[in-house]
Formats: sequence, structure tokens, C-alpha cells
Amino acid sequence: MMWPEYVTVAALISIGLYGVMAKKNLMKIFIAISLMETGVNLLLITIGYIPEGTAPIENGNFVKYVDPLPQALVLTAIVIGLSVTALALTLLIRYHSKTGTLEYRRGMKW
Amino acid sequence: MRKVAAIVIASAFFAILLISFYQIPQSGYSGSEYYYSNPITGSHANESVPSHYISGTKNETGAVNAVTAIVVEYRGFDTLGEVTVLFTAATGVAFLLHKGKGGKKRAEANLILREGSKLVLPFILLAGAYIFIHGHLTPGGGFPGGAVIASGFLLMMLSYPKFFMKEKPVSITESFAGITFAVIGLLGLLFASSFLENFLPLGNAGYLLSAGIIPVIYIAIGFKVGSELSSIADKLKEVQK
Amino acid sequence: MIEFTIISWIMALLVIGAAIYAIETKDLLSSAIAAGVASLVVSIMFLILQAPDVAITEASIGAGLTMAIFVYAIGKTGRWEK
Repeated sequence: MMWPEYVTVAALISIGLYGVMAKKNLMKIFIAISLMETGVNLLLITIGYIPEGTAPIENGNFVKYVDPLPQALVLTAIVIGLSVTALALTLLIRYHSKTGTLEYRRGMKW
Repeated sequence: MRKVAAIVIASAFFAILLISFYQIPQSGYSGSEYYYSNPITGSHANESVPSHYISGTKNETGAVNAVTAIVVEYRGFDTLGEVTVLFTAATGVAFLLHKGKGGKKRAEANLILREGSKLVLPFILLAGAYIFIHGHLTPGGGFPGGAVIASGFLLMMLSYPKFFMKEKPVSITESFAGITFAVIGLLGLLFASSFLENFLPLGNAGYLLSAGIIPVIYIAIGFKVGSELSSIADKLKEVQK
Repeated sequence: MIEFTIISWIMALLVIGAAIYAIETKDLLSSAIAAGVASLVVSIMFLILQAPDVAITEASIGAGLTMAIFVYAIGKTGRWEK
């Protein structure tokens, strides 16, 4: 069991969830969402690790390779996370030039 | 009030995640067979998916890197979808932001930064091109190669405040790279039996000119990702305040 | 291997510390830089888990381009959270 990586994943997702729920500034909420995406990518690669395996590039000396399928999926997920962040920041800049502030829970009592 | 409730909910989520991570089946490898074993009941089961990908990479595709073969050859349609997502995001960013007239006067950068970036930029572009050309032999591929090229242009934008990317060459490069990807898929439909099938000769594994269509597709993806990411960074820099 | 376990625990502490600092501080610029540091240390953990493709991609995209566009967006809006 790889406890350091699992504890890191659980901490990243929980800290991101706390940031989304408790903060009022939209930029801080986007930073928390980006942290959660990093945590999920780390979880996918930790599942595919085989103890005492090596990188999945064939060179004739080793027999034990790490599972290559989760790495191919995470490669796509990282680039898509960057695209979503760029589009979200564009909308944030337009929101700020319209209303002049970055908070979105104004006027709510709770 | 909201802070206390958020802390309680986040801690409960943390505990639930740790408890469920304890029950993930552990993978192993013994006697040339991949298996996974349940840590609670201790039962074994054989997995055949990883062994099929690892043993079939060299013979069926001619590439040495297993991750590259999965991204382009076995699951190539998902890569086409991801290129579409990246294209949509770059179009959305360019559509929503208006180009400003320069705004306030920016200070000149440091002398070391100016002269150093002029010296280092060709090597950064060369490293990025090496990463996406040798995608089937060494780790890397099209996506990190394009990101390194975009980082090189980002360095130029930081050192010289008047540097900007011209719109026409960037959009022509990006369109041609995207069209190349789709045309290669259609040629696979014409010469072989299905869309995005490997129809070029496979060659010897371990050489640069091998593995069929994998280097060609990765060169197209490298150009497309590099031009799109640098145009996103350029639009965000020049927006009118 | 015992040395990999010690290195993994040190990396885990660095990531958790950077993430907590990124959420709690009131300076948005320091928050973006702390998120970039967390991304970089996660990329080193990818290398320990024998995944070199993903490590290169996460290092160049997560710690380079994401932080750069966050800094540009913070420059257009305010720097201090009220």
C-alpha cells in the first residue's frame, strides 16, 4: 500500500473542496479547482503502479513494466485542465470589467 | 458559520476518501501474468489488459514507447477529441477578449534577462522540437513538446514588452496542423480498412523512421499545441484593462 | 526500498503545506505561486512512480503555463483579496 501518495491525494481533494465552499473571491475558487484536478491526476497514476516495476519503454533488459493505460489517460486530462482554466480566467476578466469586483456572493446573509 | 460547516464537511470527506483508498485492489506481477488481489478477502484475479498492451506494442505498431502507442494507435480517436477541446478553448479565449492599445508604459527588463533570453531561445525551441519528433522512442510526445515551445515564446514576451505574435502565421500554422491530422485519418480509411489505421510501413523498432503514422501525427500535434498555447498567452497579456 | 518511502513522505508534506498556504493567504499572487509549487512537487512524485511522460507534461504545463496565465489574469484584476 502506498500511503504517502494516497494521503496526498485525499488532502489535495479535501483542501480544494474546502476552498470552493468557504471562499468568496472567484480567483481563489479557481485556484482551488486547479488543485483538485492535480489531485485526481495523481490518484489515477498511483492506481496503475506495480511494485518494483519500471517505466513502460521497452529496452530488452526488464520484464516487469508499470501499467501504461492510466498514464495515457492522464496525459489527456492535464491538457484539458489547462484549457478549462484558460477559458474560466477569460470569463473572470470580462466579469471584472463589467461589475468592478471579484466577489460573487454579495448580499447573501449566510 | 460557513467556515465551520465547510471544515466539518471537508474533514468528513477526507476520512471517507482514506477509508475507501484502503479497499483498492493491489496490482502485482508474478509468473508473467498481471493480477490484482483484493486486500480484504484476499482473492486473486487475472488481468489481461496490461499484458496485451505491453506485449503487443513492438510487434503490432513498431513503436518502443507503450504510452505513445496507446495515445495514437490504440486509442487515437480520443486524441482527436482532445485536439478539438483545445481548439475550442483557444477560439473562445480569442473571441471574448479585445486587443488593447498598449495601456500604461511598461518598464524595460533587466539587462541580463534581455541578453540571456536572446541566447537561450533557439535551444528551447530545439529541445521542444526534439521532444515531439522522437515521441515513439523516448518519453514525451506531442503535448509536452508543444508546451515547451509555448514556454519559449512566453520567455520572449516577458523580456521584451513590445513582443507580440503576428496573427496570420499563427492561425495558418494551426489550421494546417489540424487539417493534417484529419486527412491522415481519412487516408487510413482509403488505403486500409478503418479510420486512423496504420497504413505506412512499420520498419525496424528503435529507428527514427519507423512506427508508421505515429511520428507524422505527433509532429502535427506538436505544431498545433505550440501555436495554440502561445496564442492564448498572448491574448491574455494584451487585453485592454 | 526504504529511501523511496522517506522521500515520498517529505514530498507529501511539501504538497500539503503549499496547498494549505495557497488557500489561506490573502495575497492572490502568493496563492498562485504556491499552487505552482504544489504542481511541481507532484511532478516529482510522478517520476518516483515511474511515469516519465506524465512528469514532463505536468512540469511544463502545470508549473509553467498555468501559473503564467494566473499571474496575467491577477494583473488585470486586483491583487489583494478584500
